[in-house]
This record gives sequence, C-alpha cells and structure tokens, in this order.
Amino acid sequence: MNTTGLLVFDGLLLISIVSLAWSALASPDARRSVILFMAFGLVLAVAWGRLLAPDVALAEAAIGAGLSGALLLVAVGEQSNRALQDNALRVSERNALRVRATLQWVITILCVALAATLAWALVHALDRATNERLAQVVSENLAASGVSNPVTAILLNFRAYDTLLELAVLLTAVLGILALGTARPDYQRTGPVFDGLARWLVPVLILTAGYLLWVGAHAPGGAFQAGATLAAAAVVLRLAGERSIGLPQAGALRVILAAGVGMFLVIGLTLLLLGRPFLGYPPAWAGSLILLIESAAMLAIAATLVLAFLGGRPPAIAVNEENNRC
Amino acid sequence: MTELVSSLMIVAGIGFYLAGSIGLLRLPDLYSRLHALTKADNLGLGLLAAGLALHSQDLLMALKLLLVWLAVLAASAASAHLIARHAHRQEAGS
Repeated sequence: MNTTGLLVFDGLLLISIVSLAWSALASPDARRSVILFMAFGLVLAVAWGRLLAPDVALAEAAIGAGLSGALLLVAVGEQSNRALQDNALRVSERNALRVRATLQWVITILCVALAATLAWALVHALDRATNERLAQVVSENLAASGVSNPVTAILLNFRAYDTLLELAVLLTAVLGILALGTARPDYQRTGPVFDGLARWLVPVLILTAGYLLWVGAHAPGGAFQAGATLAAAAVVLRLAGERSIGLPQAGALRVILAAGVGMFLVIGLTLLLLGRPFLGYPPAWAGSLILLIESAAMLAIAATLVLAFLGGRPPAIAVNEENNRC
Repeated sequence: MTELVSSLMIVAGIGFYLAGSIGLLRLPDLYSRLHALTKADNLGLGLLAAGLALHSQDLLMALKLLLVWLAVLAASAASAHLIARHAHRQEAGS
C-alpha cells in the first residue's frame, strides 16, 4: 500500500513537472510563463527531495524558483514599461522574433543532445561494479575532507577547482551588471501590511542563511543556499520600498563581490607556498578553511544576486563615481 | 485514537484544499477567488500540519510544522492583501 501510494505520488509529480514546463514554454504571455516557471521550480524542488537530494532541492527552491523567478518578473515588467514608451522597440522586437525561431531549433537540438548524454551516462553507470562509482570513492575519503556532508566535501574539497571557477563566473556576471548603468529606481513604499511581514521575515531569513552556512559542514546546506537566502532578505526589503537594502558602501561592496574568488585564491596560493598542492588542504585544517571559504563565498553570492535584482550599480557606487569625475 | 484523530485532521485539511482549488477555478471575480484561496489554504494547511504533528509523535517535528504554518499564514495574508489592494486601486484609477 505504501509503495503504491508513493508510486502514485511520483507519477503525479512527474506529470505536473512536464506539464508545467510545457505550459511555461507554450504560454504566449511572458508574465504567465514566468509564474508557471516559478511553480515548475517548486515542484522540481519537491522532486529533488523525493530523490533524496535535499541539497539540490534547497538550491532549486531558493535560486531556481525564488530568485530567478523574481529576476524574470522584474525583466518582464521592465520590458513592458519600455515597450509602452518606445515605438522603435517594435522593430527590434520583430527582428528578435526571427532570431527566436532559429534559436528555438538550436536550443532544442542542444537539449536533446544533453538528455541523450545523461541517459548514456546513467546506463553506463548502472552496469559498473559498485566500488567503481564516484559516490563510493567520495564516502571512502570523507574522513579526510574536514566535513561530514559529502556534497560540501565534493564542492569545497575534492572538486574545489570547479567551485572556484563557478565563483569566477559569478564575478564576471556581476562585472557585466555593474557595466549596465545605475540601478532601477526604488519601489514605492508598500504600506503597513507588507512592512510588518518584512520586519520579521528579514531577520528570520538572515538567521536561516547563517544556519545554512554553518550546517553545510555536516548536513544539507552551504554557501550557495545561504547566499540565496541572504539575497532573498534584500529582495524583500527592496520590494517593501526600503532604500537601504543591506548593501555596504561602494568600497566594501567591491571587496565583498570579489571575496569568494579572493578567499579561494588566498588560501590556495598560501597552501602552494607552504609546499602543498593548490587547494590541497591539510586534513587537520580542512574544516576551518572550508568554513572560511564558504563564509566569503556566501557574501559574494548574496551581493551578486542582489545586484542582479537591482539591475545595475546601486546608488552608493553611482554617487561615488560622479564625485570622482568632477 | 491519536492515529484516528490525525487521519481525520489530514482528510479535513485536504477537503479545505479541494474547496479552495474549486473556488479559485469557479468563483467569478478576483476578490472572491482570493477569499476562497487564502481562507481555505490557511485552515487546510493548519489542519494538515496539526494532523502530521500528531502523527509524528515528536515535539521538535511538531514545532517545525507549527513554524511552517505560521510562515505561510503571514505570507499568504500579506500577499492576498497586496493583490487585492492592487486590483482595488486599478479599479479606482480607471
């Protein structure tokens, strides 16, 4: 009875994922697509939970459904604002439609290729002996990694290179955002009801981010989930019409944006000087070094996501540069 | 006995969700749809959380479920207010 019940649940989950994805893609109205995409992200997070991958579920819910959804909604709102002001945009929109048709085919082919590769990898992995699987190797070496959560061990120790490069990608993205110009103007104040919600939600979100960062060492959590939660607190403040949303002044903000990559490099290079391989932590220190890197990475990720939501340089930096020019 | 009570609560909670979903689909305008959705979801989730807490027989789990319910209560009340106020202002403006 129990297994049949779960089977029915999984079936429903599968059907809703596919149908939500399809209706998000097929909907002609961009705003509707975005809202369907957010619902898709939430159901996908439940699916990751069912696959016993709570780390991925947390990341999907916080980044995939929450923050990406907020970013896309802002983008859609901005686009319709501009379309009203600007007739010239109509022409570029017509051109965009032509590009889109070609792009759709390219993306479809790439997605099919990706799905085929994943299916091939799965089939290939299934007929290997168990001791050859990567998970086996990871759990055998977990004791030397400094943390007891295998996901954190992979991200920050065994494959720390990948995470360093991921943070470098984020840094490149935020440089692009800073080059876009000044941030959009603040929202209007929303009134007492939303303010009341924000007043207790923001501290709870900050607390949750700290908890996720700390707990990442031995349970699902870590810098990415914590950073996204911290960024969500800033998004709530901005939506409430708050002017200061927790971003520091220009100089400190630049330091924080570079902190993720910076901390990685400082620790990696120091280890090189001490005669160890790059990012090859000594086992006795591994736990503390990982926490140090994750704290810096959390701040960098949160600041990057907040700047993405602002869509440009925050007023603090913009004012600073005006003064330099004079 | 607790098993029976918790099952009854969960079934009642699902009933509220069902009523809320039907209301969302069938009611004529935005305000009544919001009314159906928020009332039903709040009570439905409350009953579900209470039923599950009773089922788990674990104080820590019960407190976590209570926290989930309170967070959803606050979020859904605030978002329902924002949606309704936006619609009301648009009507008043046009």
